[in-house]
Amino acid sequence: MGGGELPGLLVNEIGGIHGILHGHVAFLKKHFYLITMKEFLENKKHMSEKVQAIYLWWHKPVVDQELLQSLPNLKVIANSGVGMDHLDLKLIASFGVKMANAPRAVSSSTADTGMALLLASARRLVEGYHLAISSDTDYCEADFLGVEVTGATLGIIGMGRIGYKIALRAKAFEMNILYHNRTHRKEQEEQAVGATFCETIENLLQQSDFVMVVVSLTPQTHKLIGKREMELMKPTATLINISRGAVIDEEALVTALQTGVIRAAALDVTYPEPLPRDHALLKLKNVIITPHLCIKTDKTTYMITKEAVENILAALNGLPMPSEVLPN
Amino acid sequence: WYHKPVIDEELLRSLPNLKIVASSGVGIDHLDLNLLSRYGVKVSNTPFIVSNDTADLGMALMLASSRRLVEGYEMAVSPDTEYFPADWLGAEVSGATLGIVGMGTIGYKVANRAKAFEMKILYHNRNQRNKEEESAVGAIYCKKIDDLLQQSDFVLLSVNLTPQTHKLIGKRQLQLMKPTATLINISRGLVVDQDALVEALQNHVIKAAALDVTYPEPLPRGHPLLKMKNVIITPHIGSATKKTRRLMMENMMESIQAGLTGLPIPNEVL
Repeated sequence: MGGGELPGLLVNEIGGIHGILHGHVAFLKKHFYLITMKEFLENKKHMSEKVQAIYLWWHKPVVDQELLQSLPNLKVIANSGVGMDHLDLKLIASFGVKMANAPRAVSSSTADTGMALLLASARRLVEGYHLAISSDTDYCEADFLGVEVTGATLGIIGMGRIGYKIALRAKAFEMNILYHNRTHRKEQEEQAVGATFCETIENLLQQSDFVMVVVSLTPQTHKLIGKREMELMKPTATLINISRGAVIDEEALVTALQTGVIRAAALDVTYPEPLPRDHALLKLKNVIITPHLCIKTDKTTYMITKEAVENILAALNGLPMPSEVLPN
Repeated sequence: WYHKPVIDEELLRSLPNLKIVASSGVGIDHLDLNLLSRYGVKVSNTPFIVSNDTADLGMALMLASSRRLVEGYEMAVSPDTEYFPADWLGAEVSGATLGIVGMGTIGYKVANRAKAFEMKILYHNRNQRNKEEESAVGAIYCKKIDDLLQQSDFVLLSVNLTPQTHKLIGKRQLQLMKPTATLINISRGLVVDQDALVEALQNHVIKAAALDVTYPEPLPRGHPLLKMKNVIITPHIGSATKKTRRLMMENMMESIQAGLTGLPIPNEVL
């Protein structure tokens, strides 16, 4: 009989398109008996009682009522990454199952991604690259110009852990930092990064040269940035999204970019991901899209798995979880 | 502007009333200062104006390279893309070690920015900076460039081009670098032995390069650097922002006007 003493951990798959990274398997196997969805479905009767935890990687496996009902000993679900919008938190809680995300692991890497996109867009790095390597180029265009980052105004929408790390980085570029958040940060925190609170999002949008969206996706933030918000932005402004595609009204964004309502956009996230291949956003010169890079480094992915394992082990041992997520 | 027109003896002889040459940007390696001095022609550049933008671009290149931004963009827009694979990864900037070769105004600004990314900063310079300057950015002096090269995850070149820095980074220096390291050049193409760089990239001696400058500019269209997936090249846009170019032009005007009226010249190069 397989399984031994180690608690069963259900994962979607190992390797493959969205599976657990091969490099993490040895570490996981130290603490758990790994069960893939395929193994589980092929042998439900035997496997279902073994599963005490689920580790989600890129939002899989999908956790629905059916799955929850078939796992009587499930105690905890650990999500890789910080966003929980793909999970029905109330449903999971109703089964007495705890949940955790990985906020500490993701913040630096995601903040770096935000800054990378801001700089690449401002300085037209992708366009410049194509010019530099193009078979047609036999001269350097003297009027190939971008916009300044140093000394510009950055408006951060969503000043959580990630938003704050962005502020720390932006400060080093002598940027003027505005932020809009559900709650005011403490005065010392504001002063440390020189950030000014904007009570209204309109205030932030009107003053910013760069608008960086760093909120979690909730019913309140769905299509937070739409036609109206983009029209409030400066025509020279850049919109950067590292949160979730659905926070921005993509149709409105296409129009805004095509008609010069805003200067440019840089999107690490879209809805859906990837976009359909004929989507207008893929063809616009003033858009940079990246394939959800936020946590895609060897170091951060490994830190996410470590953080998940910490949370799972704490839950299984009845100890306080470092990053528990409650249903409200 | 962009080092043109070329100032040679023939041109100088044909311009008897030439008083001043105002050069855009900070680099003056394209000018024969001795020659100009012999003809009694003054020279000015635009040193400090370009520093922020150039430091910003250095950071942009480091982030773009490490996170594979250009490759990622191509994946995101490619007609063949059906999904984004989970095992497609880049390397972390936060917490990594940055070695700055040339800690002048631009190098120091890069250090300032890199510190906010919690990077460990090493630097190599003709002279050591003072203690306050070092501790303000947490930078550690490497008297020998070899020490910097061996420890850095990112090596950023921000020296000016002189006979001493010509081919400063050659085969030996590249081999001292970590095989996981990235070379970033925002100085001059000739600071790097380009052929040695091609070889080093092809043989995985270093991981990647990000170059705002090459020799020549632009590179001939068949050049191997243009085709490598682990190389980002940008067309010398270190100071290419609307605001900075305008300020450069205004600075140059001031220098020219001073030169024509015999007043002290701002940003004169001696």
